[in-house]
Amino acid sequence: MNSAELKRTPLYSAHQELGGKLIEFGGWEMPVQYTSIVDEHLSVRSAAGIFDISHMGEFLISGPGAEGFLNRCLTNDVRKLAVGQGQYTLMCNDHGGVIDDLYAYRLSETEYLLIVNASRIAPDFSWLERQLGRTAGLGRVALRNVSDQTGAVAVQGPQVALFIDECFGGPSIGGTRVAAASQLEKNRIGKWTFGGTEVWVSRTGYTGEDGFEVAAPAGVIGAVWKKFFEAGRPHGLKPAGLGARDTLRTEVCYPLYGHELDENTTPIEAGLVFFVSFDKGDFNGQAVLARQKAEGTNRKLVAFKMTERSAPPRPHYAIWNSGADSVRAGEVVSGTQSPSLGIGIGLGYLPAALAKPQTPIQIEIRGKLAPAVTVPKPIYRKPHN
Amino acid sequence: MANVPSDLKYAKSHEWARAAGGEATIGITDHAQHELTDVVFVELPEPGKTFKAGEACAVVESVKTASDIYTPVSGEITAVNKAVTDNPALVNSDAYGGGWLFKVKLSNPAELNGLLSPDQYLAQIGAA
Repeated sequence: MNSAELKRTPLYSAHQELGGKLIEFGGWEMPVQYTSIVDEHLSVRSAAGIFDISHMGEFLISGPGAEGFLNRCLTNDVRKLAVGQGQYTLMCNDHGGVIDDLYAYRLSETEYLLIVNASRIAPDFSWLERQLGRTAGLGRVALRNVSDQTGAVAVQGPQVALFIDECFGGPSIGGTRVAAASQLEKNRIGKWTFGGTEVWVSRTGYTGEDGFEVAAPAGVIGAVWKKFFEAGRPHGLKPAGLGARDTLRTEVCYPLYGHELDENTTPIEAGLVFFVSFDKGDFNGQAVLARQKAEGTNRKLVAFKMTERSAPPRPHYAIWNSGADSVRAGEVVSGTQSPSLGIGIGLGYLPAALAKPQTPIQIEIRGKLAPAVTVPKPIYRKPHN
Repeated sequence: MANVPSDLKYAKSHEWARAAGGEATIGITDHAQHELTDVVFVELPEPGKTFKAGEACAVVESVKTASDIYTPVSGEITAVNKAVTDNPALVNSDAYGGGWLFKVKLSNPAELNGLLSPDQYLAQIGAA
């Protein structure tokens, strides 16, 4: 793709000033790193990191029929959401294949915010528009794609709760009502004013650490970013790029659309059955997903660790079973050197027979087989203090 | 400031060569290690094997990507740096010293004349 065709977030000039190395990601020109993926990763694990996530999409779904509509389009049950609460969920086609994985927040009784993947904004929105034909009897539903007018940042790491209130200190004015942002519980979202503008702050993230995500009008996100820098610097806050975002999420086995998930992969195969509700009435893909849940699937998403020093496993490397009758059994979908563990780690799809933890497997790296072992998810667990 | 020592020869593909006594020591430049960052694995050729100039004979892997390393000169591999396979971060911390990769017995020493001078390499990386 020509760089002239790439989209830029409202924080583009901030990335340039910080010396961020820019790459193409999902049609966007985004920082992959500022100093070093390993440094940025370890900063998030030990202190705090700030990510530009403005490339992600935001949809507002509102009206009396919104709840019923979303329950037909998404796998999780939005009826479980109190006002000011969010959930991880998936949007499936009629074959149970994943159109996108996303977060759904209930902002008020009749309005929801969906945060979707950057590369999936257009297919998601057109899919949802086509599903409006299936809303008979649900009441009015309005869909708005506000992705272009919305910026977003994530601040992640164990130190973040110590400075979040310097940025969002007063009581929330919508969503979950708390006296300050640090009092939001996990998966809760509240509305604050920032510089006179309404912004949404949630206690969520994609790193396995405590943290917050802020969605704000594009014109305000630069000031939010700057404020986080001022408040977070004394606590070790560093800018972190997509490289660290990827290694952090891989260590905790969070799926990335296009790697673990695509339209030919189901949430059951991906090990995400917890986010599929079978007692909420009909939804897209339900028949296939219910059958897979009952009968099991032929292939499963499996986490693994290399057992010896090796080159890092990478997406598309072949996975072989172990032993004399070794055959090609599957493929790596995400793989990297784990900055926290100092060894190669990854995720891949394997036949169910090889999916049990502690199964020896081999990763084909440049024509040679390197030993690995399947492990329980997540691969990295935070040490208890 | 780009670190491009004046006593070395350079390849367009960001390797350096230090020639002495019919042998050349090969590594990757400071510019290259900076672009890669976080080198986590180095795969080196087998001593005794022979490569032609421009052939891929080693791999340097960072967290993000695997990069082929091309020998800038033809000849037999006479030695490899075991210290970098044990501690790949040496490529980042000491690209022109402890981070060297392998040594080649020059089968055609004239090839050295075809490599880039420090000034030419500086110009290539836009640091001249």
